[in-house]
Amino acid sequence: MSDYSVPALKPISKLRAAGSKLWIFSVWALTLFFVVNLIGIIAAVITSSFGTRWLRAWFPAGFTPHWYISAWDEFQLGNILATTFEVVGAVVFLCALIGVPAAYAMARRDFAGKRAFMLLFLLPLLVPSVTFGIPLATVLYKFGLGGTIWGVIAANLVPTVPFVILIMIPFIEQIDPRMEAAARVFGAGTVRMFLHVMLPLLAPGILAALLLVLVRTLGMFELSFLTAGPTSQTLVVALYYGVFAAGVRPVQSIDAMAVIYMVTSLVWLLVALQFVNPTQIVARSKRSAGP
Amino acid sequence: MSDAPALRTRLAARGFDGITLLVLPAALLIAGLFIYPFAYGLYLSFRPKDGSVFGNYLKFIADPYLYETIGRTLWLALPVTLLNLFFAVPVAFRVRLMHRQRLLTTILVLPITLGTVLVAEGMLNYFGPQGWFMRSLHLIGLANFGSFRLVHNYWGVFISLIITGFPFTFLLTLSYVTGIDPALEQAAATLGARAMERFRAVFLPLLAPGMAITFCLSFVQAYAVFPSAVLLGQASGETRVISIAAYQAAFEQYDYSMASAIAMIMAAVQLVIVTAVLALRALAYRGPAGGGKG
Repeated sequence: MSDYSVPALKPISKLRAAGSKLWIFSVWALTLFFVVNLIGIIAAVITSSFGTRWLRAWFPAGFTPHWYISAWDEFQLGNILATTFEVVGAVVFLCALIGVPAAYAMARRDFAGKRAFMLLFLLPLLVPSVTFGIPLATVLYKFGLGGTIWGVIAANLVPTVPFVILIMIPFIEQIDPRMEAAARVFGAGTVRMFLHVMLPLLAPGILAALLLVLVRTLGMFELSFLTAGPTSQTLVVALYYGVFAAGVRPVQSIDAMAVIYMVTSLVWLLVALQFVNPTQIVARSKRSAGP
Repeated sequence: MSDAPALRTRLAARGFDGITLLVLPAALLIAGLFIYPFAYGLYLSFRPKDGSVFGNYLKFIADPYLYETIGRTLWLALPVTLLNLFFAVPVAFRVRLMHRQRLLTTILVLPITLGTVLVAEGMLNYFGPQGWFMRSLHLIGLANFGSFRLVHNYWGVFISLIITGFPFTFLLTLSYVTGIDPALEQAAATLGARAMERFRAVFLPLLAPGMAITFCLSFVQAYAVFPSAVLLGQASGETRVISIAAYQAAFEQYDYSMASAIAMIMAAVQLVIVTAVLALRALAYRGPAGGGKG
């Protein structure tokens, strides 16, 4: 812990040094306490999913993998996983198709009303999903989309498309506009320039943004929950119903589903973390664009 | 035909050309799936079942089962947000000096990625009456089994909001703290300012605007608490938060008009708090956090 050196003019008193040490110690102790409990919560789910009987003891009486097989049948996890990946795949694809061109326009053109558009894209990220999810679900049900997989996809696009736009704008801004000018000089049209010049340059940014969208959509509970019907449940919604109806099925079975959900999310999180900084998952990249 | 190029040139001069149109699909999507539902919800909230205009809002004000949800939600969201912010700042100041931040930030991003539902399921086990946490407390002699509960009450929801909220607040705070040029602190240290003075006189004014934003984003998340309030609290008792009321109106009573009204009230309360915090932010210093040359 390299602290900044204190000038010799004001010698540090022993008491203050001890106080500073105590302060640093308590900050780390608190962080450690948080992390230990967090790991405990996750480990408890995993342990329970492999346990036979776990009552009034530190650990289950024995270990077995059979809860995974029974959870797979009981919750029809095959169908649920298929639905989940259909939703996530469609959301990622549409985000790329709609979000990246919009980010390009926002980054490269300075048009009247641009600030209004920016506000339009910021709002869905600032308003929590439950608040706009209820009117949105109402509208989707009115048009017959509620309860279908299309409704779930549409609802999940609302926070993710602006998210892609806000991540991609600084990324596009850092690319020298002379690249496009050069492509134009050599006679490339918009589509050709986009596919042959911009897309390769933007690929790392697009990949990072889409992986974050993927992870966020897998974990997006509220919007999927409000718009999903019995046949369009995603994994996290099915997990909620499982926990909600605890007692109907053995807790290990629910925990097995929770582990399957966890593995599905974490695999993609690990892939995403190869390309992005963890802070980017909450904050949009402010500094990656450079000065 | 002759004035077509002129129009095109005129538009291009104002920034409108083929490229600009690429923004339209995204704008139409958000207009259709966000602005329109919100406007429709607002309209629908003034069309209650009883035929009056303000029927839903009057019902909300008159029924304690409904209006008390605002207080219950704030009673959860405000302390949790303040506590998260209160702990996030010192931890971020320590982590800022770390060389290997990646492991810690990766661990902390887990609960955000896994989401409230999984955290709730884990907490039911871990903080349950026979879970590892209670067993550890019992082992070190801090509590007996059954002397108090940490799930299915206010504290269950409170802890779950800390577990998913603290990493969020912390990572946001860290991105603000690392954005401050260390040269500013070194300058203050050279001039003889002690750690506390450096924090108060240098960091706090620079951080205040970022902290206001962090507070708003964290508050809004905590305020919209839904799955954990059902799974870890008492959905009909002390943790009947406003999103539960809105959900029940829509999907249990099928009164979309009332549900829209509750969603609008929810949005309005958020707006009031966020506006108040941002108004306070306007009083704080706003300027570069770089070292003089910015």
